[in-house]
Amino acid sequence: MNVGIVIVSHSADIARGTADMVRQMVGDNVPLAWCGGNPEGGLGTNVEAILKAIDLAWSELGVALLVDLGGAETNSEMAIELLPDERRGKVIICNAPIVEGAVLAATEASGGASLDDVRRTAEELSPS
Amino acid sequence: MMPVTELHLRALIDTVATRVIRHADQLTALDAAIGDGDHGINMQRGLEAVLADIDGLAAKPLPDALKAIGLILVMKIGGASGPLYGTLLMTLGRELPDSPDRAALATAFGAAVQAVKARGKSEVGAKTMLDVLAPVLQTLEAGGDDLPARARAQADESAAATVPMKATRGRASFLGDRSIGHMDPGARSSALMIAAICDVLEGRTSR
Repeated sequence: MNVGIVIVSHSADIARGTADMVRQMVGDNVPLAWCGGNPEGGLGTNVEAILKAIDLAWSELGVALLVDLGGAETNSEMAIELLPDERRGKVIICNAPIVEGAVLAATEASGGASLDDVRRTAEELSPS
Repeated sequence: MMPVTELHLRALIDTVATRVIRHADQLTALDAAIGDGDHGINMQRGLEAVLADIDGLAAKPLPDALKAIGLILVMKIGGASGPLYGTLLMTLGRELPDSPDRAALATAFGAAVQAVKARGKSEVGAKTMLDVLAPVLQTLEAGGDDLPARARAQADESAAATVPMKATRGRASFLGDRSIGHMDPGARSSALMIAAICDVLEGRTSR
């Protein structure tokens, strides 16, 4: 089992398209889930959907989240806090651009890397 | 201080939610000017979900009701204001006793404002809801006569004071100097809620 990847965008189209690009790289070797849009399907993010996506992509090695703009990050942090105790410490948000970060993180994860290594690889993209 | 009864709590929930929902178009217009234009509709979605459960919420002790309302906002709003208002209310619920006096309210509200700062990774002066919450906290801490009236005035004044500010946090910060000259929508929704709470504390339950 490899580290799972979750993509959280304001837009379902971006999240789905990013997930397609990840699948093209890593096939089914990485647990992958995405969510995008507010509870009514408009642009936005949705804590309930983020929790569901984390559950879908769950791996005992942990789950790395890739997010787009501010609300996606804030809602993802909120979702992580609402996780059961035994899962909370195994979910992280990568500070990386969503598309490039997701593809790189998943590629790293597909080789059996740890959660920390997956994050480090994704975050190499970020200006420090 | 008098205990918070089911009747008080129902009036509080109804007045606050209805007040904000009535201003949804205004909040969305403020957000359209400097953000993504969904603040009013998002708040409306969250608060309508709260009103749909008002019977169950009003029957709870005050702290439990606040925690439950916070969680509804987190789940239903769909934007950053969900976790921000949700964190504010859930922290208040954790910190407040069943029947708080002013000092207990000030202490709990102080913790809640700190929690919002942490959630939003923000501080006073970034043109956000904190620019209303923090001055109102100071009013509450100082106490004195006519507290609801002064808290309401402080909230309104503080929301207006966000107009000349430059946003450094949230979507409006993308605009840089162009965020100057508009009231922050989160500051406005915070002021609306505080005014509605003050109205209820003064015995007025008008929406």
